[in-house]
Amino acid sequence: MSETPLVEFKDLVVRFKGDRTVHAINGLNLNLKPGEMLGLLGESGSGKSVTLKTLLRLLPPKRTDLEGSVKVLGTDVMSLSGRALAKYRGGDVSMVFQEPALALDPVYTIGDQIAEAVMRHKGISKLAAMDVALDMLTRVRIPSPERRLKNYPHEMSGGMRQRAMIALALACRPKLLLADEPTTALDATVQIQILLLLRELQKEFGMGVIFVTHDIGVAVEVSDRIAVMYAGNIVETGKTRDVIKNPRHPYTRGLLAANLHGAVKGSRLDAIPGSPPPLEEAPSNCSFAPRCSLARPECWKALPPRIDIGNGHEAACVLAAEAAVTA
Amino acid sequence: MFTYLVRRLIYVLPVAIGVSMFCFLLVHIAPGDPLTAIMPVDATAEEQAAMRSAYGLDKPMPVQYAIWIGKAATGDLGKSIATGRPVAGEVFLAVKNSLLLAFAASLIAFPIGLFLGFLAGYFRDTIFDRMITAVAITGVSVPNYWLGIVLVIVFSVQLGWLPSMGAGPGGSGEWSWDLEHIRYLVLPAVTLAVVPIGIVARTVRALVGDIFSMDFVQALFAKGLYPIDVLRHVIRNAAPTALSVMGLQLGYLLGGSILIETVFNWPGSGFLLSNAIFQRDLPLLQGTILVLALFFVTMNLIVDVLQAAIDPRIKRS
Repeated sequence: MSETPLVEFKDLVVRFKGDRTVHAINGLNLNLKPGEMLGLLGESGSGKSVTLKTLLRLLPPKRTDLEGSVKVLGTDVMSLSGRALAKYRGGDVSMVFQEPALALDPVYTIGDQIAEAVMRHKGISKLAAMDVALDMLTRVRIPSPERRLKNYPHEMSGGMRQRAMIALALACRPKLLLADEPTTALDATVQIQILLLLRELQKEFGMGVIFVTHDIGVAVEVSDRIAVMYAGNIVETGKTRDVIKNPRHPYTRGLLAANLHGAVKGSRLDAIPGSPPPLEEAPSNCSFAPRCSLARPECWKALPPRIDIGNGHEAACVLAAEAAVTA
Repeated sequence: MFTYLVRRLIYVLPVAIGVSMFCFLLVHIAPGDPLTAIMPVDATAEEQAAMRSAYGLDKPMPVQYAIWIGKAATGDLGKSIATGRPVAGEVFLAVKNSLLLAFAASLIAFPIGLFLGFLAGYFRDTIFDRMITAVAITGVSVPNYWLGIVLVIVFSVQLGWLPSMGAGPGGSGEWSWDLEHIRYLVLPAVTLAVVPIGIVARTVRALVGDIFSMDFVQALFAKGLYPIDVLRHVIRNAAPTALSVMGLQLGYLLGGSILIETVFNWPGSGFLLSNAIFQRDLPLLQGTILVLALFFVTMNLIVDVLQAAIDPRIKRS
């Protein structure tokens, strides 16, 4: 426990102001150890991407209210600005975006885009930075990397673009990589390749990774630990094995049940009924209660407690305590 | 890039031929007989027929076109019916004057339009943006011949700072690059610049606003670039479209504005065109339209090639 956590979210609250207020993140607590790969799981609108963007301070400051603290290796991310912020972005923490076709600048070559980041952070010449870019393209196993260096994004396939995006993100050897659904826009076969590549590079560079996905299968495949998000908060977290074998939150159980694995053809999938709550007000009780078949009167009265089940496995549900007792 | 250039050049040919046919036919479709303008009212049918055959107007249309285009290719656009002078010379002089005016107007309009548009796009949905948008819409909406008259009243009549008529002292003489001549250029150029300022500003505003809301801008910040570097990326992304808008605007300006050139008595192609129309001067009208149309085609060609040179997505697709 003496080790400084790589990432430390403490009671993070993110609110979007504007025509209507959205309580995107509501008191999120999360730690990540160096070199750990965390799968951040949840459906659309649960706040996964917002969490990542908060980490990189990419949310529009005028329209966003932030509370709580975010620390990366002990540095308060919220207090960074100017040069320090630019040094932190891409240097300490970098990000792989969901849609590489949109996240790469269409009118610059791949080589230029990687070299640009390297020059900024390492302060080396363009020529040396291009060598780094070539090395990175080789590491992400893009065929004939010398030629690809001079390619524009539209001249590459989707899988190739995402490899290039990963090369760009890792070029400055960040300690933390944020991957925002990096395989969602790709074909199934390419997805697996990218996942394996990420896993491999993560081990090679020893960096921490927060991997956002709505696909529980993908999360299980790659992560050491899983955090399940719902309505702007984490409802269950723990070692991947523990969470899968022994899910304590009804929502996690629902997600696992809704998976295609083991489903009988022709029978209906056990989908979770209903949809996530609108987040126009901060939740004052369990956000999942309206959809929960096991909801009790107390679920409607107050926010659920965070129950420690042991071995770092936690769930925000009144039922988790009883299950822990009976287990 | 080279194959693109060749392909693009080949495309010009059918367009140019089509344009020339259209110019030729347009004038024949228009009502009114050109001969009535130069013949005495009491001319006999024989006299009319003689004149008709002298100008070749009695031949079948395709033959007339073939003769006309054949001569045009050698630089001979025929003689003006009204003045008897060669059309090519008249058009050349007028186009030169219009070019001068067009470039002067562009020199005023493009930097201002780009600057305002960029500012509005960068500070989108702020008071800044609204002010610039209001200015741009006013620029596009105000009838520029009216604005020209207002400017003349204020700066020529009331203040007496600038001349209002012609392209130089002593009426429309030869242009030369001295302060005295440039003073004549100011009012028409400013008046002509108002619309392109508005159009360029509005286009660039939308363009820059869109680019800033794209994912890759966030990704550029995410890799640790300073805002100034991100700005460079945005400008490079906006450049091809901005360029094509400016090219088109320059094309319109080259055509000369009939209204503006009339208001300021500027001896340009618009002025010439309006004279040709009122005098039913067919050869002059055809020649002027042909030259202007070919200018426009050339302008488009230049813009397309420049665009391909700066936008990697164009030439290879």
